[in-house]
Amino acid sequence: MNYNWNWGVFLSETPSGGTTYLAWLFEGLQWTVMLSLSAWLIALLVGFVIGVLRTVPHRGWSTLATAYVEIFRNIPLLVQLFLWYFVMPELLPEAWGMAFKQSHPLTQQFLAAMVCLGLFTAARVAEQVRAGIESLPKGQWAAGQALGFTLPQIYRYVLVPMAARIVVPPLTSEFLNIFKNSAVATTIGLIELSRQAQQLVDYTAQPYEAFIAVTVLYLAINVVVMFLMRRLEQRTRVPGFIGGGQ
Amino acid sequence: MIEINQVSKWYGSFQVLTDNTTRINTGEVVVVCGPSGSGKSTLIKCVNGLEAFQQGTITVNGVSVGDPATNLAKLRSHVGMVFQHFELFPHMSITENLTIAQTKVLGRSQDEAVSKGLALLDRVGLRAQADKFPGQLSGGQQQRVAIARALAMDPICMLFDEPTSALDPEMINEVLDVMVELAQEGMTMMCVTHEMGFARKVAHRVVFMDHGQIVEDAAKDAFFGTPRSERAQQFLSKILNH
Repeated sequence: MNYNWNWGVFLSETPSGGTTYLAWLFEGLQWTVMLSLSAWLIALLVGFVIGVLRTVPHRGWSTLATAYVEIFRNIPLLVQLFLWYFVMPELLPEAWGMAFKQSHPLTQQFLAAMVCLGLFTAARVAEQVRAGIESLPKGQWAAGQALGFTLPQIYRYVLVPMAARIVVPPLTSEFLNIFKNSAVATTIGLIELSRQAQQLVDYTAQPYEAFIAVTVLYLAINVVVMFLMRRLEQRTRVPGFIGGGQ
Repeated sequence: MIEINQVSKWYGSFQVLTDNTTRINTGEVVVVCGPSGSGKSTLIKCVNGLEAFQQGTITVNGVSVGDPATNLAKLRSHVGMVFQHFELFPHMSITENLTIAQTKVLGRSQDEAVSKGLALLDRVGLRAQADKFPGQLSGGQQQRVAIARALAMDPICMLFDEPTSALDPEMINEVLDVMVELAQEGMTMMCVTHEMGFARKVAHRVVFMDHGQIVEDAAKDAFFGTPRSERAQQFLSKILNH
């Protein structure tokens, strides 16, 4: 193989001047992290609500929640992104649509990608939450009822706190997924991490260095996420419960 | 206190309860027994509306359980229930288990709820475990906490659904002792149990069920002396002979 390795490329100046390729990568990293974290927040909020609704003894609500899950997890992520970015602004009330289209392109890209990733991941979070709630003994529900709790109180105090602890490990993989899936935002032009790698290749013709660097950065993000979720898992452990130790 | 009148229940087309009628007066202890699958657990769950029934009426302290207008949550808040598998809330400490419903359902202050909870914990002999979690206690201890949790709501009556069936033999007595004490204090109790020793000691009446029906409903002495139905005789001979 006749390839000219040049690791020093990251420190060389970009054509636009005043900055290095390494700085480009870190800018991309920042967008990836911001996008993923804000989408994760949406995914958790919406996911818990939808997951709970899927289990309530009320036909209308559970059907609605099921429809949400099936729609969002059965349309390819990329198609969803295009829908949010290209189609949704046309469907909004005109004033909103115009406001969106007149905003900074970066804002448009970021908002569309954030909502898209958030609501897509919410469907997956909802399934974990539902499974967590359904894994609890039926008697927990009965005990809550027998003490006079109302339906919302049973969820608030009995079912959700326990289900949330149970689903921390599966949620970790959803959290990891959201960082990896955030790379789709490159298709609508958001200059996140994988986009910057592409740019680096275009400008420097050093694809190996560029993609190795990006790979390492994605891995680094996910190692941090795994570490943090592990800490969360330990801190929320229930003493005497399976895996909770004494 | 509890009046069960002509209650029938179906799961689909399968009838699980057939025309059951009995009553539990204030201060009375009634033991419900019968072979497994006889509907006794289902019947006791109908009393606080955990299970729906399609025919008949149940009233608790004058409130109709089956009436759609009844605020079931409110009714349940003063009908204590103890389950076969304890059903303490695993993510809460013992103290939180004892106080959560007092504060959230009855609106008591945290201080009031804690002092009430701890007093009851003391009564069931588990004061030292207040800061532990359910998973760290033995089955017998968990069930005593569960009884204390129900009592913390100042119930007008108590329902026991096979409270000792999931326990190791050496833990059964510590739970029964608490129940005997409660009965002797005059608590109105409906107990689904196979513990005939308990029935002999404190029950006023024994109800025997088979195939979803009350076959025998007799004063304790009459029941243990000469059960009228052949089915009850068979049942007793099987569980009393060893």
